[in-house]
Amino acid sequence: MSNPAVAKPIAETLKSGRQARIRRWLPSLIMPVVGVLAFLLFWQLVAGNIQTSLGQFPGPVQVAEQFDGLVDAHLRERDRAAAFYERQEQRNAERLAKDPTAEVKIRPYTGKPTFFEQILTSLYTVMTGFAIASLVAVPLGIVCGLSKPVYNAINPLIQVFKPVSPLAWLPLVTMVVSAVYVSDNPLFAKSFVTSALTVALCCLWPTVINTIVGVANLDKDLTNVSRVLRLSPLSHVRRIVLPAAVPMIFTGLRLSLATGWMVLIAAEMLAQNPGLGKFIWDEFQNGSSNSLGRIMVAVIAIGLIGFALDRIMLLLQRRVSWDKNADLR
Amino acid sequence: MANAYLELTDVGIDFPTDKGLFCALQNVNLRLDKGEFVSLIGHSGCGKSTVLNIVAGLYRATSGGVILDGREVDEPGPERAVVFQNHSLLPWLTCYENVELAVRQVFRGRKSKAEMRAWIEHNLELVHMTHARGKRPSEISGGMKQRIGIARALAMQPKVLLMDEPFGALDALTRAHLQDSLMEIHAELGNTVIMITHDVDEAVLLSDRIVMMTNGPAATVGDILHVELARPRERMALAHDARYHEYRAAVLEFLYQRQQRPAA
Repeated sequence: MSNPAVAKPIAETLKSGRQARIRRWLPSLIMPVVGVLAFLLFWQLVAGNIQTSLGQFPGPVQVAEQFDGLVDAHLRERDRAAAFYERQEQRNAERLAKDPTAEVKIRPYTGKPTFFEQILTSLYTVMTGFAIASLVAVPLGIVCGLSKPVYNAINPLIQVFKPVSPLAWLPLVTMVVSAVYVSDNPLFAKSFVTSALTVALCCLWPTVINTIVGVANLDKDLTNVSRVLRLSPLSHVRRIVLPAAVPMIFTGLRLSLATGWMVLIAAEMLAQNPGLGKFIWDEFQNGSSNSLGRIMVAVIAIGLIGFALDRIMLLLQRRVSWDKNADLR
Repeated sequence: MANAYLELTDVGIDFPTDKGLFCALQNVNLRLDKGEFVSLIGHSGCGKSTVLNIVAGLYRATSGGVILDGREVDEPGPERAVVFQNHSLLPWLTCYENVELAVRQVFRGRKSKAEMRAWIEHNLELVHMTHARGKRPSEISGGMKQRIGIARALAMQPKVLLMDEPFGALDALTRAHLQDSLMEIHAELGNTVIMITHDVDEAVLLSDRIVMMTNGPAATVGDILHVELARPRERMALAHDARYHEYRAAVLEFLYQRQQRPAA
């Protein structure tokens, strides 16, 4: 670059290239931050002007305080549980030392579940319901997509059951589970089975419908390849139909999981099943000055977890999708 | 007359439509000897693809029938491998896996794993695509996809190779390359081939016989032209060959004078 007349424009080009890159990236980094900050500001301003019977509506600051409080409560509860088990062990050891034949009982700690334990319960329940729904929906969708008569038979049922609210199913599921799931030593709690089944019933449909569309729109040429190769029906499904429908199946699964998560919170609230929904309801009934803040913490947690679940599904979808040009978002 | 290797006898097909039956083909008669390369040419919509699909077994003829090597054709099968116009490779499999799917299905129990691997490699080499074995169809060009499609069909060791406008979607230069490859393969393996084409030059260059079809409905074989040019054929040498131009003119005359395209 001895020639300054050339060197200067090149340096300028490089600089403007950098600037262009920054100009391209900056909005996608800054704008979300701007949006969130604007929302928080708006929230704080509005919250200050809302008086409820439980006190002032919580703003972001109060909610953050409540979050800290919930973390503290969780840690305290864990300490208490640890202390309980320590005492129990000590007692049992003493009793065994006196009389080696003594029957030793180990009782679980029965403290009130904390916010974070409720989150785990909810996640576990939604995953179970989602798994049940997927195991039914994908095979059902494949069969309906491959066979027009089966589709015609099942389609009216899908269309009628699809718009049913989870709250309508809940009493029925509760009663049926209480009647049918009778066991002296139940593996799962009844409330858990009820919630999981309600979730499953509601998040069945998006996967069924998308799988049907994915399978039914299979490229005719690919079907012909399968026919020329004389693939058996099973390997036709496994080698041709399933991979071809994977993008649509995943679209359905993502919608299903999102639906399931929404349904679960409502079901837990109404049925008093353990989980985040029950946490919200309990706080509402509790009616302390902290309740609204805590509920707001739960609302944000529900949103963040739903978002995280969807991102995980998106990552899975990107992994299994063969169409690397597809714009998955 | 000795039995032909592949014989179409009085083949006709009707498709049900809202206005009643539509007769697409009628009285199609065609006999192919083993190792023969036959092109079907005609205006679009005349039923060339339908003929091919009937031979493939993808459609069932309403009347008449097809006999291949002494057996009636009544369902699709790998002994009548098809090269589809838009390649029809499975997009989620690599080139190698696409050929492998066919080889595993056709030679299951007859070839060992190592033999299958060698056979897949051999077929990829035949179409000069060994370098792309690990690539997905979306990562290679249209001409390459079609080469893989041909490799997949050849790997089934078909009795007759059916090609449905295999080079129709390719640019002229790529098409010429693939035609040369196809001639090379045909010279080496002696396949029996039925190829559909729109391209008069392609038909004359590649075929032993050109079957010219009349316009539908009720399309049938209008005329058959024997191309008696010595093989191997050289594209450049033929450009100055008077007979080549005669054959070309004969096909053109059939297509544009005797079977004028109905208002398109």
